[in-house]
Amino acid sequence: MTMAFDEMRDGEVAQATYAEIAAWVERTPLDQLRQKSAEAELLFRRLGITFAVYGEGGDPERLIPFDIIPRIIAASEWRALSAGLEQRVRALNAFLGDVYNEQRILKAGIIPTALILENAAYEPNMVGFTPPGGIYTHISGIDMVRTGPDDFFVLEDNCRTPSGVSYMLENREAMLRLFPKLCARHRLAPVNRYPEHLLATLKSVAPERAGPDPTVVILTPGSFNSAYYEHCFLADEMGVEVVEGADLFVENDVVFMRTTAGPKRVDVIYRRIDDDFLDPECFREDSLVGVPGVMRAYKAGNVTLANAPGAGIADDKAIYPYVPEMVRFYLDEEPRLANVPTLLCEREADRAEVLANLEKLVVKLARGSGGYGMMIGPHADEAMREEFARRIREKPGDYIAQPTLALSTVPTLAPGGIAPRHVDLRPFILFGRQEITMVPGGLTRVALREGSLVVNSSQGGGTKDTWVLEEAAPPSQSQSQSQSQGQGDA
Amino acid sequence: MLSSTAECLFWLGRYTERAANIARGLGVASRMASLSASLGGESAEWRALLVASGGEEAFSEKYETISQDAVVDWLVRDQDNPSSIYTCFEAARRNGRAVRTALTVDMWSALNDSWNDLRKRDLARIEGEELPAFLDWVRERALLFNGAATDTMLRGEAWRFVQLGTALERADNSARLLDVRHGMLAVGETAEYAQWQAVLASASAARAYQWVFRDRLDPKKIAELLILRPELPRSLVACFGRVSELLEAIATEQGGRQGECHRMAGELHARLRYARIDDIFEEGLHVFLTRKIERAAALGAAIDGFYIRG
Repeated sequence: MTMAFDEMRDGEVAQATYAEIAAWVERTPLDQLRQKSAEAELLFRRLGITFAVYGEGGDPERLIPFDIIPRIIAASEWRALSAGLEQRVRALNAFLGDVYNEQRILKAGIIPTALILENAAYEPNMVGFTPPGGIYTHISGIDMVRTGPDDFFVLEDNCRTPSGVSYMLENREAMLRLFPKLCARHRLAPVNRYPEHLLATLKSVAPERAGPDPTVVILTPGSFNSAYYEHCFLADEMGVEVVEGADLFVENDVVFMRTTAGPKRVDVIYRRIDDDFLDPECFREDSLVGVPGVMRAYKAGNVTLANAPGAGIADDKAIYPYVPEMVRFYLDEEPRLANVPTLLCEREADRAEVLANLEKLVVKLARGSGGYGMMIGPHADEAMREEFARRIREKPGDYIAQPTLALSTVPTLAPGGIAPRHVDLRPFILFGRQEITMVPGGLTRVALREGSLVVNSSQGGGTKDTWVLEEAAPPSQSQSQSQSQGQGDA
Repeated sequence: MLSSTAECLFWLGRYTERAANIARGLGVASRMASLSASLGGESAEWRALLVASGGEEAFSEKYETISQDAVVDWLVRDQDNPSSIYTCFEAARRNGRAVRTALTVDMWSALNDSWNDLRKRDLARIEGEELPAFLDWVRERALLFNGAATDTMLRGEAWRFVQLGTALERADNSARLLDVRHGMLAVGETAEYAQWQAVLASASAARAYQWVFRDRLDPKKIAELLILRPELPRSLVACFGRVSELLEAIATEQGGRQGECHRMAGELHARLRYARIDDIFEEGLHVFLTRKIERAAALGAAIDGFYIRG
């Protein structure tokens, strides 16, 4: 594997965007940085920002490690990224509308029909149904990685219930509290309006009869879910209720929540539970966290679900290689964001190539998440590679493979001092009826173990605050804004 | 407010109050038991307390005889007892955790710290001389929680449901704790002065008696204080008055929506307000208290039916 690109310094010299950070890290004694790091941990603990891991022993209420050295993205870089993200989300959404209706992309022979129709993520209940505004992916998280100054790649799309946005928001709060001066020396693009944008996005897709002030709720599987804190956090920030399945019921195809003032009609459900558990009438009968009848209400147009059931077909890892084609097909544009070259073990030629190069490739489950069920070839031992070769031969359709990318690094506070650690980036994109919005940046995840390429919090990953730097406004503009009415040019 | 949120707040209040009242009952019983051991009435004390806590049947499935050790075990630390101090603390914290954003930071700290401290204690060793200090600690934790709620909570629906739970539980517990000792207050019974003191102590009302009556202890006056005197915060009339007042406030906030629970609470309160202690003694204290305990349970079910299952 080649030397990874470091975002702060390419060689000896720090990037201009990182100049302040480099100087700060240089002049601040390590002890002091550690002290601040401990303060940050205390802060998160007190705020109760934990994620729950059950069934692994130890304290189930864990803290995601937070690294105090921020990750910086230049304004120009963000402009390019955000344009690409918007384009990609539009294409994914158009694809969903298409595969559940006309299926033009299949008829055109661009994506093999079997890959869609026989895919477990393809939701037959959604065929022939168009959700309000034709929007399926109201909230998506597109995972980006970087390998060089101008080389950004999409690693995967998350179109179901991407999590982590609360860390993005809390990380910024923590930085502003711990390092006010350092923050002030940068023009940080603010992220704190995310909840407001999210609420506007959700309200924009409410059924029409709901009127100007629709009732929005967040549906959580409950306090044992690893992202429960986030569900409560977002509900609190938006001023909406966080509900569990038992709080809702369906009568005459209308969803109500049980309140002390009697049943209250619900218009939009931001559901943070998987399709499978959403409605025991439609999906898994044994689901205890769902709402019986909610799909009937949805299809009757009485309630909006965000994201739409069946949206997962768009982020399936076997579909991922086709996303650039989707951009061309639906938008008639060239993709602005590149994919990582991906081999589908399902295809015979690809499979042969994967099996011959296991020591170089990353093998992933086509339908896995959280960093489970994956193998990083260069880091795996012989036994593990053989195990994966066996699994691939057994169920080729379950696996994809990609080259092992030298993910970019950012300086990080490690046990032995400041050291480079690999990072990725998950921006959150909101797709409403009128517009697509995203706050600048997203969640930077960092693999804290030396050399590790796995950033997932369930696998020892941490997070960093992500700073998108705004460019200075032209002076003439700021002058005219500071003038008052009627003063003339004097 | 979500019904499930109201439910958690209501039970949070109830369990906290229940833990404190079990501690009160245990404290008085253990002192009485040591006083009456010479008279051979020791096990009667523990039986009475067990009956009052409402868990006699479940207890007898697990323990062979009613002894001090068994009853203390059952009421302090038995996880099979839904009303042991241990399970009350656990349940209060669990309910609080589920609605954490509806609580203030101080309330949550009180709940969470109580539970964490309790878990750290070696509960098996709490007996004999350790017991009084432990029971004081339990009461202090409830006082801290109530103080945190009173001092920091917004006076909205959430506050009212916590208070409703506290008041209804207190009404039930007061009736039960008094019922344990109804025999000592019966007319013609010559009980020990110490036993009358114990009755007052179980309602934290020994000094209150002196303030109200400025007289030597008299069984009828003790009963009057604990049942009919609105100025004593643990008297039945005060507790049911509070329940009724809270239900009315919740209804007013919701534009007047009322149900059976409002009527029941109003009636219960009114009957107590206009009751006479002589009539109660004529009917029989035990019969009277049993009926109030049943009415409190029915009221709890009606509140549940209207606001929570509704």
